[in-house]
Amino acid sequence: MPKIGVHKPLKSKFVSQDSKKLPRENAFYFFSSIGNYIGESAASLEEFMEKIRAVNVKSLEFHLYREDFEKWISGTLKDKELAADIQKLRGSNLIGDELRDQLYLVISKKFNKSK
Amino acid sequence: MRGKGHTVALDDLDWKILRTLQENARQTYTEIGRGLGIAHSTVYERVKRMEKQGIIRKYTAIVDLEKAKLKQVIAIMTLFTDPKESETVATKLSEFEEVLEVSTSLSEELSIIARVIAEDQEKLHAFIAQSVAPLPGVLRIRTSIITRKYKEQNFLINKGGG
Repeated sequence: MPKIGVHKPLKSKFVSQDSKKLPRENAFYFFSSIGNYIGESAASLEEFMEKIRAVNVKSLEFHLYREDFEKWISGTLKDKELAADIQKLRGSNLIGDELRDQLYLVISKKFNKSK
Repeated sequence: MRGKGHTVALDDLDWKILRTLQENARQTYTEIGRGLGIAHSTVYERVKRMEKQGIIRKYTAIVDLEKAKLKQVIAIMTLFTDPKESETVATKLSEFEEVLEVSTSLSEELSIIARVIAEDQEKLHAFIAQSVAPLPGVLRIRTSIITRKYKEQNFLINKGGG
């Protein structure tokens, strides 16, 4: 179970192709800055979606503006469409909880579509 | 005579020779002997013995990376680990060539401290994200990049009198 901040965790009630767990070397590891791993990782799109709601927003800002999310989604999850949506989101220069909400929205839409 | 890995008793003269070598390992046996007031053959025998015993591990050059214009990023990485996995994490870390030094520490939490080198910050981050964070048992990592070094010196032996 992820650490909870002000956001509530999602309950994983469905299993889809996007819930398949990746090996740990291919998971996404959340950092707050260069070299500072915060102890949260995601090994599937579903887990990734849950962590977007749970991790410190500074970590989301750090990864989004380094293009780490796009690279992982496109390179590891092989989802070019979602990567392009996140790239678009990056262009809107959001920060803080607004960024978290929009990221979550984009990813959950894709996740629900793939169920 | 005892082999490597065993505790070996050294006398005052051995300690003096070690200290002299630490200051400048390129001195000849004659120069060391002259400095300590002993025969060069005595120095030779003792140095060879201490090499064989593994007390003198190697002779190396200390390179000033800044003067050599080799721009590398050096960082101190602190890993907080699951106590059950910390031994394995420390061993795995030691296998990476980017990792220069690994130690364990018992302060508030069990942690592993490592000195890491990379070509630049991006490569440092990639190494930590792709190779260190995924190690089973790693709970968190805190990394401090060294920006300026004020002193660097190995421990100098202060034993043997004189």
